[in-house]
Amino acid sequence: MGKTIIEKIFQKHTKDEVSPGKTIWIDLDVRSARDFGGPNVVKHYEREYGDTPLENPEKTFFTFDLVAPPKNIKYAVNQSICRRFAKKYNIKVYDVDAGIGSHVLMEEGIIKPGVTAVGTDSHYNIVGAIGAFGQGMGDVDITFIFKTGKNWFEVPETVKINIKGKYEYPVTAKDVTLYILKEIKTSFALGRAIEFYGSAVENMKLYERITLCSMVTEMGGIVGFIPINKEVENEIKSFTGKNDFEVINSDTDAKYEKEITIDISGIKPQIAAPPHPHNVFNVDDLKGEKVDTIYIGSCTNGRTEDIETVAKILNGKKVKEGVILSIVPATKRVYRELLEKNILSQLFETGAIILNPSCAGCAEGHVGMTGEGDISLNTSNRNFPGKQGKGKTFLVSPAVAAASAITGEITSPELFM
Amino acid sequence: MKRETKIEGKIWCITDEKGNLIDDIDTDMIFHNSHLHITDINEMGKYAFGNLKGWEDFSKRAKKGDILVVGKNFGAGSSRQQAVDCFIALGISAILAKSFGAIYKRNCINSGLPILEYPEDVKIGDTGDKVLVDFKTGEIKNLTKNLFIHAKPFSKVQMEIYQAGNLFNFGKK
Ligand code: SF4
Repeated sequence: MGKTIIEKIFQKHTKDEVSPGKTIWIDLDVRSARDFGGPNVVKHYEREYGDTPLENPEKTFFTFDLVAPPKNIKYAVNQSICRRFAKKYNIKVYDVDAGIGSHVLMEEGIIKPGVTAVGTDSHYNIVGAIGAFGQGMGDVDITFIFKTGKNWFEVPETVKINIKGKYEYPVTAKDVTLYILKEIKTSFALGRAIEFYGSAVENMKLYERITLCSMVTEMGGIVGFIPINKEVENEIKSFTGKNDFEVINSDTDAKYEKEITIDISGIKPQIAAPPHPHNVFNVDDLKGEKVDTIYIGSCTNGRTEDIETVAKILNGKKVKEGVILSIVPATKRVYRELLEKNILSQLFETGAIILNPSCAGCAEGHVGMTGEGDISLNTSNRNFPGKQGKGKTFLVSPAVAAASAITGEITSPELFM
Repeated sequence: MKRETKIEGKIWCITDEKGNLIDDIDTDMIFHNSHLHITDINEMGKYAFGNLKGWEDFSKRAKKGDILVVGKNFGAGSSRQQAVDCFIALGISAILAKSFGAIYKRNCINSGLPILEYPEDVKIGDTGDKVLVDFKTGEIKNLTKNLFIHAKPFSKVQMEIYQAGNLFNFGKK
């Protein structure tokens, strides 16, 4: 019988027979830990395995992206604990200058189509965007994998989401993603792998696929895949200039647990209000609500094209007085591209704050945090209460964030077309 | 050491003001990111549910051996191990959920904290009820109300890791 994408990737990494529901042992091609989780991995490793070597240090990485550069002593200490361990065992470190780990590892050609990758990052499944299996894990799992190179997995069922209809700017991949979340919430795909089909998603460029696949976590899914076409294959190749990967698509007779069709025709820009990423409305429904702080970036919307969109809307205009607009490119490569295209200087003139590549406004970062009563717009992936402070965090596309930065209120980008 | 595969304890149903089990409790509600620098497990217990409305003082009320009963997608969110360890620190003996977040589920299993998933449309009981849980068969018996619920039993790997204590000990066998 035919297999789904995750089943085919798993089968290439195990001797066990792969079928949904079975627990199997998988070899992991890439293992990483970040400045969050990493110090605990080191601590566990030293306690459990003493001075004994890691399985394949060359497949092992540290990426410092969460609080980079460290904003306080505790993170500085944690990062240096990892650096010392890395030096001892010859592990490559992508340090605080590099950017978001999952993105950096894709750009470096370390995570590529068909590989299995794990890290201490709950959005590691974002690498589904390039047809790789990725899973975020806790520090116990990662420590075990640093030592052994493998781990147990329960093979998930795969569900199929067919997207019907098309979208057009100012509706973006983020709006489509939020709309899907609104439709399926967390229950349709919980604990499942997702495959997305339909011309709207199959024609997505890589940066758009990254947005959609990053929020598979919020859909409760293990990982999400979109069939990879030639154009995306070329985009992946352009990272390293190398062609050293094999694209895996599903078999035509693959078996899906269930299937749903979501019609996106005519949708408008979307916004997710607290307390959940799936609490989604039309931007127009919340239009006019005052905004205090805006963060554009994260693994969901921190690519060059995302920030280009922002520059296009803000071009020649100013950020509303009293509003903090922070823009954070996902990686150093993105930062360089924006420099070369002169976009950063354009954005500088609008009054935006431009920060170094990192996760910044996510979790414990130092950007976009809120005080009591504040409203924050955020292009990342989570708006759980308390995550970014005492205020309220709304999730939007870079276009909505940019339009709202100009007016100081929740605003649809249609106003600036 | 052989660990018990049947346990008995009092349940805590993690509900909202209306008495419904709260779905989608995420790791920031269980163990807020402002305490992430804590690495000593003994320190973690007092922060359990510290950011979940109505449950902030859970750590003071919970007793060793108590059992958590929760709704859908429990432990969604980040990969932080502390969100599991804080319950181990309090001596919580099992978590019964309608479903778990994928990473959270792994973290529990790997730490040897017993978890079971029970069907979405059944009610296990009310806070304070006594239940008997059998990890091997997945049977949950509410002793106070004399109810039987069938949950998914431990998988083979889950049982082996549980018996070994945690993933590390299991790997060294
Ligand atoms: S941007 Fe946020 S969600 Fe993405 S990897 Fe960083 S911390 Fe995680």
